[in-house]
Amino acid sequence: MAWFNRAEKKGVTTPTELKREAPDGLWYKCAECKTVILTKAHQDNAYTCPTCNYHEKIGSKEYFELLFDNNEFTELDATLTSADPLEFTDTKPYPDRVKASIKKTGLNDAVRSGYGKVNGAYLVVACMDFSFIGGSMGSVVGEKIARAIDFARLHQIPFMMISKSGGARMMEAGYSLMQMAKTSAKLALLAEAKVPYISLLTDPTTGGVTASYAMLGDFNIAEPKSLIGFAGPRVIRETIGKDLPDGFQSAEFVLEHGFLDFIVDRKELKDKVADLLSMITKHLTVQGI
Amino acid sequence: MLLEFEKPIVELESRIAEMKATAAERGLDLADSIKAIEDNLVKLKKDTYSRLTRWQRVQLSRHPDRPYTLDYIQTISSKFIELYGDRNVKDDKAMVGGIGEINGEPVMFIGHQKGRNTKQRQYRNFGMANPEGYRKALRLMKMAEKFNLPIVTLIDTPGAFPGMEAEERGQGEAIARNIRDMFMLKVPVICIVIGEGASGGALGIAIGDKVMMLEYTWYSVISPESCSSILWRSWDFKQQAAEALKLTAKDMEKFGLIDEIIKEPLGGAHIDPLSMAKKLKKVIHDTIIELKAQSADERIEKRIEKFSAMGVVNE
Repeated sequence: MAWFNRAEKKGVTTPTELKREAPDGLWYKCAECKTVILTKAHQDNAYTCPTCNYHEKIGSKEYFELLFDNNEFTELDATLTSADPLEFTDTKPYPDRVKASIKKTGLNDAVRSGYGKVNGAYLVVACMDFSFIGGSMGSVVGEKIARAIDFARLHQIPFMMISKSGGARMMEAGYSLMQMAKTSAKLALLAEAKVPYISLLTDPTTGGVTASYAMLGDFNIAEPKSLIGFAGPRVIRETIGKDLPDGFQSAEFVLEHGFLDFIVDRKELKDKVADLLSMITKHLTVQGI
Repeated sequence: MLLEFEKPIVELESRIAEMKATAAERGLDLADSIKAIEDNLVKLKKDTYSRLTRWQRVQLSRHPDRPYTLDYIQTISSKFIELYGDRNVKDDKAMVGGIGEINGEPVMFIGHQKGRNTKQRQYRNFGMANPEGYRKALRLMKMAEKFNLPIVTLIDTPGAFPGMEAEERGQGEAIARNIRDMFMLKVPVICIVIGEGASGGALGIAIGDKVMMLEYTWYSVISPESCSSILWRSWDFKQQAAEALKLTAKDMEKFGLIDEIIKEPLGGAHIDPLSMAKKLKKVIHDTIIELKAQSADERIEKRIEKFSAMGVVNE
């Protein structure tokens, strides 16, 4: 029995759901330095922290919005979805995983592609979404990238790939592996046609994606501090039986070892890409658009 | 070393040998009983090897007595001269290559190399190449192109080496470049999985006009063990993982991800390495003739088309 009871309900009686300082999603808290700013301000800062410059992980929707003039672009092959050629089941069937991911993310698979103008000049962009099964590459990812590259070659428009992936998708096994071959074959044709290819590596880019299209750019560029590698840090740690030094496999480390052309702050991405392309596309005339 | 399913076969074989010895020693006529057991043995072998699970096939692909790349090259090629180094960093012992001849026709051989005892295994880094291995392979491929030699690659790797130095020297870049550049090689390219074909480490030398697998080998995006550890969060589901990955030669042929299967002697290449090598020699010889009948442009176009068609999607 309580020592005393409140005789009547007095004072503050705000129900829990109203007990909050501001409506949902109005504030953004930096995952690195914990600075809190308005979501709108964070968005206007290209989803980077004004205090520590941490580049928040973003998806294709945000990258398209940052790159294309007035967010105007034509999406390519938007309806492609994964089949289940292996009838793959681990702890749950692969089609269930795909369905759950589609529902959770509102995306059809781990890459979206489209073309539009960037500072007035056409660009084909394919951008991976890490939120869809870890940005893993299966048949859909490979096929959409392959078609985007074909589109770029056919229309003589530069191609930009934005990678963000844990690597090949295990649930399509052999098929996933061959997407590395397919995309690289298309890039060989693009190179032959002298159409420029910019590969932007973002956090994280590993596995079969690094070992194919992500490393094959005329220009390999990366966002600051992105994790970039072939083998993941856990696997390397297990192999050598030691902890890895700080900054190992960071974009800065990869630049220092000669595998990147430069690191680009996301706030400068659009202008830098446009400036670079404007100097090397004088031989190209956009065809059929 | 014996695999679990090889044991009953070897037991039966030694029983036959014993009976033959006894018969000779004591002058007995055991021909009928020996014949009966030999018939049983044939039946047992056929039975065992026609019903291998995918995991058992993976085990066979890693059999410690299995012939490795240099074993094959030295048997099927005369005048083989090994060539070393990537001209940048060092010579990678897990990737070998050189020029040899098959029936008088010069060929560039390239392949992963495993070691047979502890010391050799370490020396060969268990068949796991570093970036310089892939760059050495590409150097030899470009040389083959220059001198118009067909290229034969033999694939046998548990994966590209996941070490610190491999990352520093660009493992991903090295493999990616090989994959892309192999599409444009003007000479015929034949790729044969002779043991393990693990992921990017295998694909880095496996873009060809004809991609073939020996009967008891596997080729996939990941090893069953690693797949088990990632998807099941435990090392104990490798058998299920092998089944799920559908990684055998038969599976890969059915999916159209390889062109052909090369039959092995009953029980595997290690039971009769010489006849396996002879078979390989004939297949390579015939395939080179077939590919040489096409022009370089035709081969390149078909090579690109073949890999571009791989994948299953819902439109």
